[in-house]
Amino acid sequence: MRTFDYKRAEDAHSAVNAHSGQAAAYLAGGTTLIDLVKLDVMQPERLVDINRLAYDAIEAVPEGGLKIGAMVRNTALAEDDRVRRDYTVLSEALLQGASRQLRNRATTAGNVMQRVRCSYFRDGVSPCNKRVPGSGCSAIDGHNREVFAVLGTSEHCIAAHPSDMCVAMAAIGATVHVTGPSGDRTVDFLDFHKLPGDTPHIEHELGEDELITHVSLDAPIDGSGSTYIKLRDRSSYQFALASCAAVVVLDGDRITAARLALGGVGTKPWRAADAEAALVGQPATRETFKQAAATAMQSATPYKHNAFKIPLARKAIVRALTDAAARARGETT
Amino acid sequence: MSDSIIGAAVSRIDGPDKLTGRARYAGDFQPEGMVYAYGVYSTIARGRIAGIDTTLAMRSPGVIDIFHHGRFPRLHRSPGTFAEENVVDEKRTPFEDDRIHYMGQFVALVVAETYEQARAAAYKVRVDYERDAQRAAATLAQGIEDNGVDHANDSERGDPAGAYDGAVHRVDAVYTTPVETHNPMETHATVAEWVDGRLRVFDSTQGVIFTRNTLSRVFDLDPSQVEVHADFIGSGFGGKLWVWPHCVATCAAAREVGRPVQFVLPRQQMFTTVGHRPETRQHVRLGADDDGRLLSIRHETVNSSSPVGTVVEACGGSTQGLYACDNLRISHATAVTNRGTPTAMRAPGAGVGLFALESAMDELAAELGIDPLELRRRNFTAHDQGVDKPYSSNHLLECYDRAAEAFGWSRRTPEVGSMRDGDRILGWGMAACNWEAMRNPCDARVALRADGTASIHCASQDIGTGTYTILAQIASHELGLPLESIHVALGDSTFPHGPISGGSWATATLLPAVAEASRAAIKKLKGYARNAASPLAGARGDSLVYDSGRLSDDSGRSATVAEILGAQSLANAVGEAHTGGAPDSGYSFDSFGVHFVEVAWEPEIAHLEVTRVVSAIDAGAIINAKSARNQVEGAVVMGLGSALLETTEYDERNARPVNSNYAEYLVPVNADMPDLDVILLDHPDYELNEFGARGIGEIGLTGMQAAVANAVYHATGTRVRDLPIMLDKLTDDD
Ligand SMILES: Cc1cc2nc3c(=O)[nH]c(=O)nc-3n(C[C@H](O)[C@H](O)[C@H](O)COP(=O)(O)OP(=O)(O)OC[C@H]3O[C@@H](n4cnc5c(N)ncnc54)[C@H](O)[C@@H]3O)c2cc1C
Ligand code: SF4
Repeated sequence: MRTFDYKRAEDAHSAVNAHSGQAAAYLAGGTTLIDLVKLDVMQPERLVDINRLAYDAIEAVPEGGLKIGAMVRNTALAEDDRVRRDYTVLSEALLQGASRQLRNRATTAGNVMQRVRCSYFRDGVSPCNKRVPGSGCSAIDGHNREVFAVLGTSEHCIAAHPSDMCVAMAAIGATVHVTGPSGDRTVDFLDFHKLPGDTPHIEHELGEDELITHVSLDAPIDGSGSTYIKLRDRSSYQFALASCAAVVVLDGDRITAARLALGGVGTKPWRAADAEAALVGQPATRETFKQAAATAMQSATPYKHNAFKIPLARKAIVRALTDAAARARGETT
Repeated sequence: MSDSIIGAAVSRIDGPDKLTGRARYAGDFQPEGMVYAYGVYSTIARGRIAGIDTTLAMRSPGVIDIFHHGRFPRLHRSPGTFAEENVVDEKRTPFEDDRIHYMGQFVALVVAETYEQARAAAYKVRVDYERDAQRAAATLAQGIEDNGVDHANDSERGDPAGAYDGAVHRVDAVYTTPVETHNPMETHATVAEWVDGRLRVFDSTQGVIFTRNTLSRVFDLDPSQVEVHADFIGSGFGGKLWVWPHCVATCAAAREVGRPVQFVLPRQQMFTTVGHRPETRQHVRLGADDDGRLLSIRHETVNSSSPVGTVVEACGGSTQGLYACDNLRISHATAVTNRGTPTAMRAPGAGVGLFALESAMDELAAELGIDPLELRRRNFTAHDQGVDKPYSSNHLLECYDRAAEAFGWSRRTPEVGSMRDGDRILGWGMAACNWEAMRNPCDARVALRADGTASIHCASQDIGTGTYTILAQIASHELGLPLESIHVALGDSTFPHGPISGGSWATATLLPAVAEASRAAIKKLKGYARNAASPLAGARGDSLVYDSGRLSDDSGRSATVAEILGAQSLANAVGEAHTGGAPDSGYSFDSFGVHFVEVAWEPEIAHLEVTRVVSAIDAGAIINAKSARNQVEGAVVMGLGSALLETTEYDERNARPVNSNYAEYLVPVNADMPDLDVILLDHPDYELNEFGARGIGEIGLTGMQAAVANAVYHATGTRVRDLPIMLDKLTDDD
C-alpha cells in the first residue's frame, strides 16, 4: 500500500527538520489532510505531526492585537472572549464553518492552508491544473455551481478559496508568522494566498519546509461594528455560496472606516478594497451599501452554473454592511 | 397482556443493542481468515476496456488476487422476476465483458489481506479505455436526444383529450425531478464465506430471501445451499432491496481465493453502481369546470434509465385514483442514459409523481381562484376509479380538516406575498399524500419456551423502522407476556419465509403471520398440557383457557407454560403460520394524508426557510405511536431535502456524478428543521388485516415537495417546476 512515514515533532525546530528533504506534510487537525490522503489526492511520504507544538495560546500583543497560535482550534478561537468582543466578525465566521466536530479539530494554520473543495480536484482522475499542473481545468466548462469563484479566476482555475475564517481575517487585517530553514519571517495576510493565474498549483507564500507558527490580528478599530454573513443552501455544514465580512466605523451616520472581505466568490479570501474606498465618507444608507456591493462585484466573471453568486454576493454585502453599521451604532442585531 | 400494548408508544427494543454497539451490521462480521476487497471503478461512462494492467498492483503489499473481465469465473444472470422473488436491477453480472455502460462501473476487484492494502493496490490498477464514438448520455435530456423514448405502459379511461379541449380551466405544465441518491448512513456491505460448497453471506440487504434466491441462481446452487444474514441494516430506503454487482463479485471472489471476503462500498460509489431514484420529466395536463371539478387528467412521465437494466418510475400510480375524474390518461416511458440502473427509492412513483400532480392542482387552484384545500375537497373520491373499487378506508377529508385546523389554514390570504413576518414573506402551501397499501404472503414461527419467554422467527428484516419492536408488541398482545419476554429474530434466510422490507407492506404482512403463529403456539401448548406428565394431565381440550402465560381448565387447575413444558422436559411449544396476501375482497387499499407547509422567504438575502409542517396521515391502525411518528417525521424531512436540496449532479460532458459525497450531496441538517406536527388518524382498516394496520414507511414522503413548492409560490410568486428549489431559482438580479 502507499506507506508514509510519521514523525511527531516536539518543537518547531524539529518539525522543520523532520519536514526537510522529502515530500512531507505538517499534520495539524488533519481534517483536510487526512481526507485528501485517503482520496489519494495528497501523497505525502512523511507526516510531521505538529499537534504537540506549543502554539496553542491566544495572546494579547502590546500594539493592541491578538497573536493566535497555529494550533489554536477553531472552536477555541471562536469562543475566546476577546475574539467575541473585539473581533465579532471572526468569531461569527468560524462558528458558521464546517460542523462542531470539525471545528474542534481544525486549527488556525490548517484553516489558512485548507485546500479547495472543487470535486474535480478531489476525484483524483479528472484533469485539474491544481492537482496535475498543465492537465487542464475540468471545472471551467463543467459543473461549477457551488464551490467556484467569480472573482480572481483565471482560465486555468476557478476554484473558490473555501475558508470562512480567512475572510474575516482578510477584513480585520492580519499577519502570518512563519518559521523555516532560514529563520522566522512574516507575511501580510492579504499577500499570503495567491491568485491562480497560470500556476494554480502554487497556492500560498509559504516557502519550502516553512511552518506557520502564528497569525496575528491587527488591533481592533475603536468603535467599529462587525459581522459575518454567510449565504448557502442549507443552514450549516456547507461552504459559503457567498459570504461577506464587514467592519464599519461611523461618525454619526457617516462611515469613517470600512473593511470588506468576501468568501465563496473569490479564488482567495477576497478583500474588496475598491468598495471600501467607495464607502468611506458616505452616509450609512442602503443606497451607499448597494453602491459598494455593485463596486465589489464589478469585475466578477460568471461561469455556467454560478452566475447567481454575483447578485447573491451583493445581497451578502448589503446585509453585512447594514448589520455591521447597526452594531457600530450600538444597536444589537 | 392488555390491548394497550398495541398502539402504545413503545421504544424500540433493539435500541440498547444499537446504542452499545452490540448490534452487528454486515461489515461487523469477521469470519476467521477474512480478507478484504476493494473495487476499481470505470472513469469513463461509455466505451470498452482496452486493457488492464495489474502488474504494479499485484506487487503491492498484501495483495491476494485481482479480478476483472479477463479473470473472473463465469456466472449466470438472475431471471429477475418479482414472482420468483428474484429481482436485480442491473441485469449484467459483474466483469461479464469489456463493455462500459456508466461511470463508476466495476472494472476490477482487488482482494488483499487488509482493507488499506486492497485500496492502495486498487489505486495502482491501470485501466486503458476506448471511448465509444457516440457521447455518453449524461442527463435525461441527452438520453432522449440520443436514444429516444421507450414506451413502458399506459392506461386510459374516458376521453381525456376531448374533455381537456372542452374544459374552461386548464393547466398544462412540465415538471422535472433530478436523480436522488440513496445515502443511508451504512453504505452497502457484503461479507461472503464458502463452506463445503455452501455460501454464507452477511449482507446489508432489505431482503434476505430475495438475496438468497438471486445468489443461488447466479452461482447455480439450490437455495438451501445459500444462507443470507442481515441482523441489522443501517437503513436502505429501497437501495438495498435487490442484489447489486458488488455483492455478486464479493461472493465470487471469496470462492476464488478460498477465504471469506469483506467488501464495503465507499461513499462515492453509492452514487454510481447501487441504484438511485431516476430523473423524471412529467407532463401534466388538467382540465376543470368553473367549480373546480376535474374533467380531465393526463400525467405522462419519462424517466432516465440505464443500458444495463430498465426501471420504470411509476409517477402516475397515485394519479389514477386520488381524485374523482372520468377522463384520464397515465403513461410511463424511459430513456437510456449512461448511468447505473435506477431502483426504487422510498415511495417510488408517488414520491416524485405527486410533486407533479399536486403542484398542478395548486396551479389549477390559482387559475380558478379557489382555495387549494377546497379544490381538493371538491375532487375527493371514496371510490378508486383506477381499479373501479371502493377504497377500504379513506379518511382523507378528516386529514384535511384536522391538519388544516392545527395549521391555521383558514387564516391564509390567497394573494402571492400577502403574508408577512417582519422582513420575511410567508408562504403557505399544501398537498395531499397517497400510498398504496399492500400485503404479501408470509410465514412465521412463534415458540412459547420453557423459561416463560417466547421467540419469533421470520426471514424478514428490520431496516431501522421498528419491525423488531412491533412484532414483539403483537406477540406480547397475543401471548399475554411482557415485552421483555419476547425475543424477535429476523434477518436470516433460513427462518420461515418472510417479506422484503419495502413497499410499506412489512407491517400489514408480518403482523397477521406472527399473531397466527402465536395462537398456533398456544394451541400446541394446550395439546402438551393434556399429556400424562403435565400438571394439567387429562384436561378436556376445549376446557383449557390460555391467559398471560398460564393455562387453566374448568376444574380449577392451572399451570404456567414453564410448568407444563418443564414437567415433560420439553423446550418449547412451537406454532407456525402461513398467512396470505391482500384479500380479494372487492376493495382498493390505499393510505392517505396531507401536508401543510409554511415557508419564510427573505428576499434581501435570498434565504428560504421551511418554518412549519403539519401532516395528517391516515395509514390504518397505528401499532406503535412512537415508531409510526418517527417514520412520518423522517419522511417529511426527507421530503424537505427532496424539495429543496437533493440532486445528484452529472457532468454533462462525461456523465460523471460530481457531488458524490456527504459534504456536497445536500440533505437537510438539524439547523434546517422546522416545527413538525404529525397527526396520526389511527382508523383501523380491518379489510386489509385483523389489526387494521396499513404500514407507514413511505406515505409521509409523498406530496412533500409539492407542499413546499406551493408554499414557495405563495410567498414568492415563482412557480418552481424543476426540483430542487435551490436559492438560485428564486434569486432576482438585484
Ligand atoms: C466536511 C467538511 C466541511 C467543512 N466546512 C467548512 C466550512 O464551512 N468553512 C470553512 O472555513 N472550512 C470548512 N471546512 C474545512 C476546515 O475548516 C479545514 O479542514 C480545517 O480548518 C483544516 O484545519 P486542520 O487543522 O484540520 O488542517 P490539516 O488537515 O491538518 O492541514 C491542512 C493543510 O495545512 C497544512 N498545515 C497544517 N498546519 C500547518 C502549519 N502550522 N504550517 C504549515 N502548514 C500547515 C497541512 O500540511 C495541510 O496541507 C470543512 C471541512 C470538512 C471536512
Ligand atoms: S477549478 Fe481549479 S481545482 Fe478545480 S479542476 Fe479547475 S484547476 Fe482543478
